[in-house]
Amino acid sequence: MSPDAYLSLASILFAIGAAGVLLRRNAIIAFMSIELMLNAANLAFVTAARAWGNLDGQVVAFFVMVVAAAEVVVGLAIIMTIFRSRQSTSVDETSLLRW
Amino acid sequence: MTFLFWILATLSVIGGLGMLLSRKAVHSALWLALTMMCLAVLYVAQSAVFLGTVQVIVYTGAVMMLFLFVLMLIGVSAADSLRESIRGQRPVAVLVAVALGATLIAAVGNALDFSVGLQAANAEYGGNVQGLAALMFGRYLIAFEATAALLITAALGATILAHRERLFPRQDQRTRSVERFRSGVHPGQRPSPGVYARHNAVDVPALLPDGSAVPDSIPGPLRARGTVREIDATATEEVLDRLVGGAASDTGGER
Amino acid sequence: MTTTLLLLVLLAPALGAAVLLLGGRRTNAWGPLAAIGVMGAATAGALALFGAMLTRPAAERPVGVLLYEWLAVGDLRVPFGLYLDQLSMSFVLLITIVGTLIHVYSLGYMAHDPDRRLFFGYLNLFVAAMLLLVLADNYLLLYVGWEGVGLASYLLIGFYRRRASAATAAKKAFLINRVGDFGLSVAIMVMFTMIGAVTFSAVDAGIVAMPGWVPLVLGLLLLLAAAGKSAQFPLQAWLFDAMEGPTPVSALIHAATMVTAGVYLIVRSAAIYDLSETARTAVIVVGGISILFGAIVGSARDDIKKALAGSTMSQIGYMVLAAGLGPIGYVFAIFHLLTHGFFKANLFLGAGSVMHGMNDEVNMRRYGGLAWVMRLTFITFLIGYLAIIGVPPFAGFYSKDSIIEAALAHSWTAGIVAWLGAGLTAMYMTRMVMMTFLTKRRWQPDAHPHESPPVMIIPMALLALGSAVLGYLLVMNDAFEHWLEPVTGFVHEDPPLAMPIVYGITFGVVGLGVLIGVLANLHPAAEAPTRVNPLVRAARADLYGDAINEGLFMRPGQVLTAATVITDRRIVDGAVMAVADLSTGAGDQLRRVENGFVRSYSLALVAGAVIVLAALLLLRIA
Repeated sequence: MSPDAYLSLASILFAIGAAGVLLRRNAIIAFMSIELMLNAANLAFVTAARAWGNLDGQVVAFFVMVVAAAEVVVGLAIIMTIFRSRQSTSVDETSLLRW
Repeated sequence: MTFLFWILATLSVIGGLGMLLSRKAVHSALWLALTMMCLAVLYVAQSAVFLGTVQVIVYTGAVMMLFLFVLMLIGVSAADSLRESIRGQRPVAVLVAVALGATLIAAVGNALDFSVGLQAANAEYGGNVQGLAALMFGRYLIAFEATAALLITAALGATILAHRERLFPRQDQRTRSVERFRSGVHPGQRPSPGVYARHNAVDVPALLPDGSAVPDSIPGPLRARGTVREIDATATEEVLDRLVGGAASDTGGER
Repeated sequence: MTTTLLLLVLLAPALGAAVLLLGGRRTNAWGPLAAIGVMGAATAGALALFGAMLTRPAAERPVGVLLYEWLAVGDLRVPFGLYLDQLSMSFVLLITIVGTLIHVYSLGYMAHDPDRRLFFGYLNLFVAAMLLLVLADNYLLLYVGWEGVGLASYLLIGFYRRRASAATAAKKAFLINRVGDFGLSVAIMVMFTMIGAVTFSAVDAGIVAMPGWVPLVLGLLLLLAAAGKSAQFPLQAWLFDAMEGPTPVSALIHAATMVTAGVYLIVRSAAIYDLSETARTAVIVVGGISILFGAIVGSARDDIKKALAGSTMSQIGYMVLAAGLGPIGYVFAIFHLLTHGFFKANLFLGAGSVMHGMNDEVNMRRYGGLAWVMRLTFITFLIGYLAIIGVPPFAGFYSKDSIIEAALAHSWTAGIVAWLGAGLTAMYMTRMVMMTFLTKRRWQPDAHPHESPPVMIIPMALLALGSAVLGYLLVMNDAFEHWLEPVTGFVHEDPPLAMPIVYGITFGVVGLGVLIGVLANLHPAAEAPTRVNPLVRAARADLYGDAINEGLFMRPGQVLTAATVITDRRIVDGAVMAVADLSTGAGDQLRRVENGFVRSYSLALVAGAVIVLAALLLLRIA
């Protein structure tokens, strides 16, 4: 299968992830959408590695995974802390940064 | 291969949309897990065996389980109401997301119309894993070490964030009991579900002698999830009749 | 020696004013006496200066004293200099002598006023400013004194400050005087621009070389100033209201001295008027109108002080007319000014004495028969009366007759106006004497008239003496003409009629006036008749001077103010506020973008990314 199809799939998944961030109010789901976007990017990297015939893309994808894992740990801890103090995980509740 | 790609691509898009559209966070997490599994297979299909495996272990196994774990901690009540609160956000967001997808496809959709293949690269050190290892501990060694620092920092940060300072003395059973009696609101035990009910299941509220339900008897998580079973009114009447009607004839009879 | 005496004359009243006004209540006990003391010192200094001047030959009589360089800005050099010549000397004597007598009189008149000390402080301030006015050797310093007497006049007219009418009258006097002061200030600017100097000597020397319009413009501007200060037509309206002040003030400021400052200004600027026939004619016209205007108003008012105010306006009209005649009239203008200063102060003090005895009643229709109750007042008033209507040998005869002769020599019109004024003067003064001292008693039930104390009678007697003999003293051997001639110049011109005929007509007119005055006022009504002819009605309303001012200046002024306010609020403020509202409105709308929702922010972020991406794509395609 040509790499272009993979890249198109990655684009679609990335757009779905972006839509999730924009549409869902639940912080955990918004977070999942971010993970989906990272995965879409990873797919693009892996595809590019195959197309160019070297492994650097895969290494970068690997690093992305590591960073995503770290991010998930910290992000979920933050969500927990917010939930603990506000009894809610809605991102609309934390709208103090306003006029 | 083409066939496999289309199947997996369709499944992963369905998984993404499922995550996007599910009302409950747990469902979203499960849909996302599906997408990630599909992606793992697609990695393997593109000669990235190691990454496919890591995807399954790290993402589907660890990250997604972490999500579910947090969902369990903060309660299943964390379901979105689907009513949009910001005016105009939803249509514009959909429009922008579609536009993003379209531009991305236009930008990269025909960027790589060639494929060298990884056979040569994988074979150089005797396999995909060996090849990656050679890169990671060679050219990308410093970045790799930095990720180690990053992970430790993240773990430490999560620990600190999750840590709760104890501001009050720990309450044991005795102090709680004393507190309950002192306030005098509800000193005794709360009614357990299913009492005087047709069912003694945990999702059926207890009944008072006059036949009305006691909402407090249902455990909180079930109430939050909205899975409280309704009482069948006619059945309750019937039971009441049978119980109270018989008792009315023999006055003061023990029930 | 001269310098010391000059400074004594000028500074003694100033010192008195400073002590009384700055000293506060501590000076209450001895303040009035101190004020009279400094006046006595000033009078003594003035008499010493006069004596010294008499011993010198005519050419050496003027003395100038340069105290210091006051202003030195660029080409403008204004000295703080004093200049004492025969003209200033005449004024200094009038101011100090009459001023002292009125100070003494006030001691009795104001005996029961709690603000007596303040009153004497203001009087001293006035005398100091008036002396500075006549002693200044340049127009700018004169202007300082000019404004000083205006301020003192304002303070004294509004002396009974708890009375709303007094406060309004003071404000009115101040405002109308500002119109005149405007003329003087512009005149000074013109002098500086065209001639480059403001001292009298430099202006007199420089005006000759100027183009013809300069003397004309200066003459008209100075006439405006004189009309404002001397209550001449058309700026006369304030004088009648100025009678709200205490009567000694009316005598000193609004009869004897301050109101004659305009005449002084015209005579002092003789060099300017000599060069402009048109300006002189304007002066004559203003003077002539004022003679008749004042006399008509004086004939109709029942308020004794306002009738006297009309008389003052009329008599100053004579002086202004005489001054407008040029060298044939300057001397007589000042001559009449001096005699008028005495007999009009005398009349005012007499009126004050009557008011003092009649519970401050000013309506002559409530008087009557006072001649038998207040004998001394009657006698002094009668001398003043004979002086003002021009019965020989009293002072007014000599001065007024000289003016009539000079006016006749100038033109028939001026002469006839002067005669007419003389007849009217005789008529209204006779009416005043009839209604006040003769005829039946028409007192209010609570009136118990009594003679005034000696402290008031003695100044009146001295002024009456002056009214009686001053004219003859000055006219003897043409003494005054020779005295003033070096300053103003003097040309004698015979009237077109023989002297006996002139005298005859004058006496005839005056006699007719007296006859009408007696016959019309044999039985005055206690209430003013309401059904009167239009002339009397107009005269009672001061010939509609206030109405004209209101219609011509006040109402358009109010409309202009309202229009300005509306323009300011709607257009100027409107523009500013519109800009402000635009910013705040834009801010209000823009801040809604910052709604605090992280999803809104990320929407903007993604939309931005899409736009950048699309732009890059378009670039690549293009």
